Parts: sequence; structure tokens; C-alpha cells
Amino acid sequence: MSEQILETQKPAKPPIWNDPVYRAIFFQVLVLGGVLALGYTLVSNTMHNLERQGIASGFSFMKTTAGFSILMNLIDYTESDSYFRAFIVSLLNTLLVAGIGVFFATILGFLIGVARLSSNWLLSKMAAVYIETLRNIPLLLQIFFWYFGVLRQLPQPKQSVNLLDSFFLNNRGLYSPAPVPQEGFALIMWTVLASIVIIFFMTRWAHKRQAATGQQFHTFYASIGILVGLPFIATVIGGFPMTWEYPTLQGFNYKGGLSLIPELVSLSLALSLYTATFIAEIVRSGIMAVSHGQTEASYALGLKPGPTLRLVVIPQALRVIIPPLTSQYLNLTKNSSLAAAIAYPDLVLVFAGTVLMQTGQAVEVISITMGVYLTISLLISAFMNWYNNKMALVER
Amino acid sequence: MTEQKSTTHELGSHPDWAPPASTIGVIGWIRANLFSSPLNIGLTAISLWLIYQTVPPIISWAFIDAIWTGDSADACRNEGGGPKAVACWIYIDHWFNFLMYGLYPKTEQWRINSAYILLIAGMIPLFIPSFKFKGWISVFLLLVYPVIAYFLFAGGSFNLPDVETPLWGGLFLTLVIAITGIVVSLPIGIVLALGRQSEMPIVRALCVGFIELWRGVPLITVLFMSSVMFPLFLPEGMNFDKLIRALVGVALFSAAYMAEVVRGGLQAIPKGQMEAAEALGLSFWKTMGLVILPQALKMVIPGIVNTFIGLFKDTTLVLIIGLFDFLGVIQATFTNPEWGGFHTTGYVFAAFIYWCFCFSMSRYSQHLEKKLHTGH
Repeated sequence: MSEQILETQKPAKPPIWNDPVYRAIFFQVLVLGGVLALGYTLVSNTMHNLERQGIASGFSFMKTTAGFSILMNLIDYTESDSYFRAFIVSLLNTLLVAGIGVFFATILGFLIGVARLSSNWLLSKMAAVYIETLRNIPLLLQIFFWYFGVLRQLPQPKQSVNLLDSFFLNNRGLYSPAPVPQEGFALIMWTVLASIVIIFFMTRWAHKRQAATGQQFHTFYASIGILVGLPFIATVIGGFPMTWEYPTLQGFNYKGGLSLIPELVSLSLALSLYTATFIAEIVRSGIMAVSHGQTEASYALGLKPGPTLRLVVIPQALRVIIPPLTSQYLNLTKNSSLAAAIAYPDLVLVFAGTVLMQTGQAVEVISITMGVYLTISLLISAFMNWYNNKMALVER
Repeated sequence: MTEQKSTTHELGSHPDWAPPASTIGVIGWIRANLFSSPLNIGLTAISLWLIYQTVPPIISWAFIDAIWTGDSADACRNEGGGPKAVACWIYIDHWFNFLMYGLYPKTEQWRINSAYILLIAGMIPLFIPSFKFKGWISVFLLLVYPVIAYFLFAGGSFNLPDVETPLWGGLFLTLVIAITGIVVSLPIGIVLALGRQSEMPIVRALCVGFIELWRGVPLITVLFMSSVMFPLFLPEGMNFDKLIRALVGVALFSAAYMAEVVRGGLQAIPKGQMEAAEALGLSFWKTMGLVILPQALKMVIPGIVNTFIGLFKDTTLVLIIGLFDFLGVIQATFTNPEWGGFHTTGYVFAAFIYWCFCFSMSRYSQHLEKKLHTGH
């Protein structure tokens, strides 16, 4: 009976222009057509304009000689190298400054985030002032401040700020001693590698044993011992195969040792100080997200404060901290492109600036530059998704 | 105390004694918050030392030793001609008009000021909780005001002399870019967010692609693109002004971020709302416009304000493609041979202005977050 009613009362099929299925297809065709038409117009305009300006499109320009020098290069580079090599050099410079920034921003951010939660009123308020001040000032202004306002105002090389006769700071940059590996240095590197492998297997063994017998093993201290001890023994056996090269004043500037150009110093400084404020807030909210009941329950189970922090609070806080933290790392990498404003030879300055100016290949150069940043950001978000899936709470 | 102890009380009627003096009042607070443990004492000592190292030098730099009066840059220079190591506030006094309006003609600056006054007058009712016509005021500010402001700033009609955009500059240009960016990016962002939530695969794919593309690249490459690639995209002979190209870049860039903010709001609306609206027979646009978006947008106002703060700070990047925003004019003053070398003063002043804007907005967004948090 009821089936019959359902059969007869089935809604009449709407007319085709009101059917959601056909409507969806119609709108999508419309949107796609619009986008394709726009794309076609842009491409044909671009082709026409390029033809008019006599620019051949394509990526063959990457093989021609660059003919300009780059202020800082991590791999060998001369003026007679190709544009492709210039691209690699500038990409490495971008990655270097991003790496330095991530390293210091993380350390500073965690310290300030913890300080913000401290029960010490003075410390907590100082951390708050730091966060509220620096994160509300544009990053570019901070870069300019450190570069034009501080580092460029430093004395000439002859009146350098001298620290222990080994670190020198002047308006040409920061100079520090550089380690020079001697014969037999490879042995130390091999022992470092070997000790990492040993630690890996030891940790696995310790986990297995604890799971099987409940006996704990001091993995942390043993690891530190192996990591420091084995290379130290190797160093002694090799007869200390490393010397330090100190920078010395020759003519108008310091020679030898490690030198950091002021552009790099000010950029890393500004990036780390600025991003640290955001990381501090992330760390604070992450730790606050772990309810106090977790700590109390852990104490009730008899865990000491150290293991409570290490095994209960931090793993749960990290679940909240890691996703926004990775997006801050991504922001930092993207913000490192502000290097162009103070002429640090990064990807944007060298490639999207000088190379574009010399070749006129605007479309190719800008696409490659954007492609590089897009690749980095997609890689980071792929990592984030993987991590989220791994860490997600498995509910009943 | 001793007297109280000596008196005897009946069982159960002992009067409450005051808590020990060391646990209440100022001393108690200091003990609890600054000196509760050896670690805390150490931290307090380090903090005090840091404050001692930083605060007095800053105060003497900015106020006590600073140079407040004088006619020219010479007042701020040593005998040797180098700038003194203190704040030189006459620099601000000398350049104030340039920093605020750029090269905008002095006789025409009333136009900017009146637009400011109109904007502030329009915004005040929005902050009064009991005001009734907030919706209309918002529509006015988002739709009508930009048109009025455009005619005021650019001129060329209503008997107002033409002012070319290369003359626009200073804090005025910063505000123009930031406000245009937010006003344009909001509707685009809403459309993109709806597209991303859509069930039509092609529309969704296009929106996701667009959003991820802009969010994955730094703003500076977008600005480079808009300044070198836009001219190639356009038909021959057609050309846009540099400011418009930058505005398009900024608006598209922030639209992608706005879309993600709005998506957060859309996802927070329970599915029942959508189903109820459909059951009432509302069409898609009516469902969105009358049911979903009013709830979702209200929920993400703090996020929109935060996007605006980020956009406001990012406007500084336009100086790299040769526009003279607030930071750009500060940089420009240092190329003046008479006023070169007062970098610190200039940057501190700029930082203070940017900080005032961003800090007040972030406080406002926090206040809204608290106010809108009506849940558990």
C-alpha cells in the first residue's frame, strides 16, 4: 500500500532548466568557457606583444652566459656561467637565509612562548611586550631598520667592533673564524655517521626490551654519550685534525675566516625576530591547549615532572603546535623574498630582477620564480597533511 | 597576635585570624609572582637586568636627550657633520606633510582630509552597539564611499583639478592601497570560498587552484608580475597606471587569503541550516545570502580584521616596485643630502605609526572574538 503511494506521489521531473544536474553542467561549462576565453585572450595578447618587442619565448635563454656577478655564492660562480647557474646560486641563497631564519626563529619563539606562560609576572609581561611590539611592525620596516639603521651605520673595517680578537663586526659584515679540516678529518665525519646508526638501532632495541620486560633504558643519556664520545675518541686518535682560520685585517677589509655580508645578517635577524613572535603565540596556545587534568593524571600515575612533560604534555602540545608552525616556516620562506629590497642576492633579486632585466623574458622568469615558491609551499603542505594524518586522534 | 592567642574561646567560636601579612597585599603579590622559588628569583633578576639595559637608554634617546627644537638639520648634527646619536624630532616636523600626503599638492590636500573625516564619521556608528542602521552604513562604506573617495582623490571632474597618481604618496597611499585591497578582496574572497565549497567539480577545481596559487607565492613576486607581466597581457596600446597594477596584484593576493578565512566560517555553519533553508524552498543564492553568509561572515569578522592587519603591513612592499607609500617616503627623505643619516629617527617614527594602526586593530579583533564567543 505505502509503496504504491510513494510510486504515485513521486515528484514530477522538473523541466530541464530547473533540474539541478543539468544546471550544474550548464554553469560549469559557462565558467570553464569564460576562463578559457580569458586565458586565450591573455595568451594571444602576450604572444602578440612579445612578437612586437622581438622577444623569442622559450627557456633556451637559461643556457646563455649570465655576464653579471653575484655578491654571495655558496657554489662556484663566475660571470661567464650560464643563467641557469645564476638561478641555482640565487635559489641556494634564498634557502640559506630561510634555513637560518627558521633555526633562530624556532629557538627564540619557543623560549619566548614559554616565558609568556611563566608564573614570573615580570618575565611574562616582558615576553608579551616583545610579541605585541614586533609583530605589529611591518617586516620590511624591520629589515630596513637593521640594514640601513644599524648595520650600515657601523664603523669602518679599521674601527671594527672586536670580540675576543676572533669575531669582527663592521659595516662590511660579520667576520668569524672558520674551521679548516686537515688530513684525517674524514674519519671524524665517519664516526659521527656511525654513531647515528648505532643510536638508531639502540633505540629500537631499548623500545623492544621495554615493551617486553618493562625495564627502562636511559636512551637519551646513552645517545648523547655515543654522539659526543665516539667522535671525540676519533679526534684524539686523529691528532686533532682541524685548525681555525682567523680573519685578519688586510688593506681595507678583513680577509680569511667566515664572512657574513650585512645583507644576510640583517635579513636573518629581522626574519627571526619577526617570525619568533608568531611562533611564540603558537607555542603558548599549544601548551595551553593541553588541559591541566593531563598533568594531574600523570602525577597521580606516579610520573615525575620530567617524564610528565616529555611523555604527556609535549606530545599533546606538539599536535596543536606543528601545523601552524609549518605554515609559519612557509611564511618565513616567502618573506625571505623581501631580500630584494636590501639587495641580498636571493631568487627574487637575482632572477626576477637582474635576469629579467637582461633578457626581457618576463613570462618565463616570473613563472619560474613563482613555480619555485609554489613548489616549496606545496612540499611543506604535503608534509603537513602527512603529519596531521599521522598525529590525528584516533577516536573510537 | 599574642593577645589573641592568650584569650580563650568557646569550642567552635574561634574568630578567623587575618592571613599572614606576607601572603596578602603588595608583599604577598611580589612574593607569589616574582620570588616564589629560586628559579623565579633568578628569572626576576635577569628580567630586571634586561629592563635596566634597554629601557633607560631608549627613554633618554627618545625623550631626554632628543632634539625637539631647531630650524634645520644642523641642530641634529655634531661639529663634524655626523648625525647625533639621539632622536631628531625636528626631522618629523620638517617632513610631516610629505610623510602624510607624499607629493599631493598642498592646496588640494583638503580633499584627502575630508575623505578621512567622512570615513571616520561613517565608522563611528559601527562601534556603537545600540546603533540600528549598521547594515546600511556598511553598504555605504563598502559601495558608495569608494566612489566618492575616488572622485575626491583623482579629481578631473566636479571642478576638482586632476591629481596624477604618481603624486600620491605617504600614509595616504598606504591607506588607499590597504582599504582598496580589503574592499575588493572581500567579495572576490566570498565567491572563491563558495566555489571551493561547491559540489561542481570544475568550479571547485578552479577555485582551489586559484587560491593555492596565490597563497603559495610571496606578495613580492605577485607585485613583480603585476608590474612586468600585466602590460604584456593587455591588448596593444592599452596601458594601466602603476598604482592600478599594484592594486590589482594586492587585491587578488589578499582575496585568496580572504577566501580561506571565509571558508572557515562556512565550514562552521551546521549542515542543518542549509537543509532547513532548502526545505523552505529558498534558492541557492537566497540560501547563501539570507541564511548562511550572514552567520558565517559574522563569525569570521576577527579573521577578516586579522587579514586586514596582514595586508596593512604588506602594503610596505609596494615601494619595491617604485610606489611611494609611507615607508617609501621615509626612504625617500634619506636621499635628501641635508637630511641623510637620520635613519633611526625615521624608522622609529614609521614603526610607531604602523604599530598604532596594527595594535589597535588586533585589540579590536580580540575584543570581537570575545564578544562573538557566545558558545560554551
